[in-house]
Amino acid sequence: MEDVLKILEGNARISFEDLAKLTGEKEPELRKMVNKLEKKGVIVKYKAVINKELLPGERSVLALIEVKVSPQKDVGFDAIAERIYKFPEVKSCYLLSGTYDLLLVVEGKSIHTIADFVAEKLAPLEAVKGTVTHFMLKKYKEDGVILRKKKEIKRLTITY
Amino acid sequence: MDRFISHKVKNLAPSGIRQFFDLVLKTKDVVSLGVGEPDFAAPWRIREKAIYSLEQGYTSYTSNKGLLRLRLEIAHFLKKHYRLIYDPGEEILVTTGVSEGLDLAIRTILNPQERVILVYPCYVAYPAVVELSAGRVVPLYTSFEESFKINPEKLKELIKRYKPKAIILNYPTNPTGVSYSKEELKELWRVLSKEDLLVISDEIYDLITYNFKHTPFSTFKGAKGKTIYLGGFSKNYAMTGFRIGFACGRRELIEQMSKIHSFVMLCAPIISQLSAIEALNSQKDVESMVKEYRRRRDFIVGELNNLGFKTLLPQGTFYCFSSIKNTGLSSLEFASLLLKKVKVAVVPGEAFGLLYRDFIRVSFASPFPDLKEAILRIRKFKEQYLKN
Ligand SMILES: Cc1ncc(COP(=O)(O)O)c(C=O)c1O
Repeated sequence: MEDVLKILEGNARISFEDLAKLTGEKEPELRKMVNKLEKKGVIVKYKAVINKELLPGERSVLALIEVKVSPQKDVGFDAIAERIYKFPEVKSCYLLSGTYDLLLVVEGKSIHTIADFVAEKLAPLEAVKGTVTHFMLKKYKEDGVILRKKKEIKRLTITY
Repeated sequence: MDRFISHKVKNLAPSGIRQFFDLVLKTKDVVSLGVGEPDFAAPWRIREKAIYSLEQGYTSYTSNKGLLRLRLEIAHFLKKHYRLIYDPGEEILVTTGVSEGLDLAIRTILNPQERVILVYPCYVAYPAVVELSAGRVVPLYTSFEESFKINPEKLKELIKRYKPKAIILNYPTNPTGVSYSKEELKELWRVLSKEDLLVISDEIYDLITYNFKHTPFSTFKGAKGKTIYLGGFSKNYAMTGFRIGFACGRRELIEQMSKIHSFVMLCAPIISQLSAIEALNSQKDVESMVKEYRRRRDFIVGELNNLGFKTLLPQGTFYCFSSIKNTGLSSLEFASLLLKKVKVAVVPGEAFGLLYRDFIRVSFASPFPDLKEAILRIRKFKEQYLKN
């Protein structure tokens, strides 16, 4: 099972036929296994890692936002986190130890859209004590993938 | 110019193969199953160590035998991994690849006309190195039916008949992917222990095994004294370009080998030596590469057999040796046609011994999509260009 997950993590679009060849398991068994993993929520979804910098035209902007919040009685950070992560602008939301509490990854059309989101949606929340916004300048590596055009093969094509 | 070249050198290596190699290297868009080195780059921590060493100004010679730290690490690794004890002071020599270790071993032991048993099909450097020392090759042929493994009876007979000075063993084996279990090796040692010959054991693929843990030849009782153990970094750690390896053996042998080494090589490159120390502490990286090779092995061997090219399941390395007998073509003809028609490269079996014209060496040290593409092309080739 670990094997299957590892392969899918590297290539979510692999066919069951190839998966069977790579793992030595039978196809129907693999279908069943993957189905189960999906149902259990181990496999959350299948997505493409896209290097948007290579796209022509308009690019979106990403920001990491540190948020200091005051925890609430009985529910701790969960309730305020939920209020925040439900905004569609928020792509990821993590609770961290250290000098601030929540780390958000927010996507917007431009710096201004993100600034507006912080000023109008995030900062006014009562539990939010403060925010620090970092705009992302460049992505080097994401989800274990180095975002660079493939280099040419350096090996000789035939050797003993 | 020709008259300046020695006969010995002129006659090295079959020329048909060289021309074929040149052709492959010139052809564009080849999907290659012909590569004898890992497709992985060396693990990052090893490369990082190399960069750091340069930054720190490690650009000098080292002691002839290699950095003591590295020899200590090698000794430690062999002890921990195989319970093999070698004295880092006098029984280990760091070489510029197994290639150099092999050359040193042969040059150290061989007088002109003395014989060395080579197990065929074999790695191309062995006969060449023996010939360069004016030695004579005694071939021990293994067949598909024998699973390309040494038949101990044949071995006994050859020794009796030719009184060779040494035998070169190589397992896991390039080009067949064969390896030997402890029991099988014990059988061989039973024969060899009674004879007065030296074993040169090239175990460069020792960590790339699939079915059982590797057993170094010198672990058998009494074998250490009669064995020159050659170990490498090129394949295990994907460090072919670093040019580093090591030789272990009796003090007297290592001393004489070091003598040649100190004159012709001085020492292995210091950056590679420092990187090798890091490599010995990178076993996790090796494991994940081997895991990937195993997946590919299962895929490619299954597909080749489906296509009618009989192929044994390799127990180590990243090669398999497939029969093309039913095509009616020689391996060089087959490989040339395969390259011309569908741009897939394989190494003709006859490169590893003239008797192996019915085989090709298929390397699975290529990413899975390439293997898949290669198989598609071979299928097309079979349907369009081969009889039956
Ligand atoms: C069996 C065998 N021995 C030795 C070598 C050479 O190794 P190195 O890179 O350590 O010189 C190779 C490389 O292909 C090999 O297959």
